[in-house]
Amino acid sequence: MCVPDLERKSLEYRKKILKYIKHASAGHTGGSLSCIDILNVLYNQILHVSPQNFSDNNRDRYIQSKGHSVEALYVVLADQGFFPESELETLCQYQSHFIGHPTRKVPGVEQNTGALGHGLALSVGTALAGKMDEADFKVFTLLGDGELAEGSNWEALLAASHYNLDNLVVILDYNKLQITGRNKDVMNVEPLLDKFKAFGLAVREMDGNDIASIKATLEDVPFESGKPNLVIAHTTKGKGVSFMEDSVKWHHGVPDDAQYQQAQEELDKKISALEKLESK
Amino acid sequence: MNSQINAETSKLKMGSPNLEVFSNTLQNLAAEDRNLVVVTSDSRGSGKLVPFGEKFPKQIVEVGIAEQNLVGIAAGLASTGKKVFAVSPACFLTARSFEQIKNDVAYSDNPVNLIGISAGVSYGALGTTHHSLHDFAALRAVNNITIVAPADNFETEMAIRFAAHSPQPFYIRFGKKNMPFISENKDFEIGKGRLVRNGKAAVIVATGETVYPALLAADHLEKTKGIRVAVVSMHTLKPLDTKLLTDLAGQFPVMLTVEEHMVNGGLGEACSGFLLQNGFAPKFKILGIPDEYTVTGSQLEIFDHYGISEKGIASEVLKMIDN
Ligand SMILES: [Mg+2]
Repeated sequence: MCVPDLERKSLEYRKKILKYIKHASAGHTGGSLSCIDILNVLYNQILHVSPQNFSDNNRDRYIQSKGHSVEALYVVLADQGFFPESELETLCQYQSHFIGHPTRKVPGVEQNTGALGHGLALSVGTALAGKMDEADFKVFTLLGDGELAEGSNWEALLAASHYNLDNLVVILDYNKLQITGRNKDVMNVEPLLDKFKAFGLAVREMDGNDIASIKATLEDVPFESGKPNLVIAHTTKGKGVSFMEDSVKWHHGVPDDAQYQQAQEELDKKISALEKLESK
Repeated sequence: MNSQINAETSKLKMGSPNLEVFSNTLQNLAAEDRNLVVVTSDSRGSGKLVPFGEKFPKQIVEVGIAEQNLVGIAAGLASTGKKVFAVSPACFLTARSFEQIKNDVAYSDNPVNLIGISAGVSYGALGTTHHSLHDFAALRAVNNITIVAPADNFETEMAIRFAAHSPQPFYIRFGKKNMPFISENKDFEIGKGRLVRNGKAAVIVATGETVYPALLAADHLEKTKGIRVAVVSMHTLKPLDTKLLTDLAGQFPVMLTVEEHMVNGGLGEACSGFLLQNGFAPKFKILGIPDEYTVTGSQLEIFDHYGISEKGIASEVLKMIDN
């Protein structure tokens, strides 16, 4: 899929994320808008995974460690045909499988996540199995930045490096915000580049809200033979809606009717602008 | 009368440590199945897995001293269809990595076999950091995991073989000292307790390495008082054999449970919870490690201290019968 088509998809995904969060009156708005471009490129461009091959042991895996940004994952999985999008109308309702964190009851979800600091070790184990079997599949995992304070991540990075897992791709959704405020005020994680390099990882940085940048970076995996891949994706929490951007208030804020209207209009305008650009 | 289940305990054949049987069984299984993987956290020595590592270097994964990572990685491996045994001292495996067990193994349904070595007070003199007296209680509160404490070499081998082929998560824990065979009876099924001695006046429902002292106590009572007491090895704590418990409650007016675990939340509370909710009220007592700062010493000394011994168990049973 070409970059403009993916860009348009990202805007449509954003509209849907807001639609279902508004409908449920619950959700992790800021984080879902932050990582949606990454999920878009992964599922539409990079991952060899589909409803048809989901039981094939050689499929690529995507494990979302920052499970709370589940609305982004749901709209992408629906678009991939894992389930009808209308099922998202049950988001967070009594007995719905579409709960506030990924579970395997939802077709297309690899692991039940939500407690932070778990996805990376699961991904390391999965990638290790791939190496043991000399299989071709890759394992992608998405971490949040606040989550990096969980020590289990660093245990898992040690092992990823020890076992030379170049089939593992760790993507950090680095929006610099977490529920309490700025990472640097809550618990400083910097200098990240130096830390990851010191752990023996092949590190790249990208604009995690720019389709071309994401595509170019992820298409280049493995960055270095024998080293796990780590991508620092610089993102903006709440990306795409002016008043939600880079504001901790929208970590799990739900827009009221007027805000919702404004957000959808902003996104519609961006879609029209894209269309105009394409018709030229 | 079944002579097999009434063999005198002193005549029982001495076996090896359950730990050693576990290691040998795993080697036999690995020889037939390249998909079997062992994961260790700097625990291959204490897990008697050095020979395994030498024979099957491609089937053992070391994660270093990092039990959370041990369980997370084991779950990832299992998600691809590997038959995974994650081996670590029971104290660390079930406390440090509790959330990984709850979420990555049980909730995500990745069928890891968690092997808690040197369980209970096997590391008696090393203190509370190294005791696992909480593991039954902790894991009983987690959905989708089978909990097994084998009493002898036979039960250990059977449990390991069953777990290897089961598509469900398991927690199996044992100690490291030589264990006698508790019975010549070769019936074993996960989830089914074993009546290893017949009796009349009372029944002792024990698990793991406390089945042996329970048998010694039954001998003692028969020899000194002519009282015949039944003994059950309740190797599976979850799912609990409620059918057997129902039968026992119908037959015996007195029931004593024995476990190498805190009296809180283990075998005893599992049994009493079932019995009381189903209308049974035998004279009932839980013998285990009391809720106090645990005494230290060898496993045997700690057992003796808390009455998990031939004389201690016999005297508890006598008190219950007399009252
Ligand atoms: Mg963040």
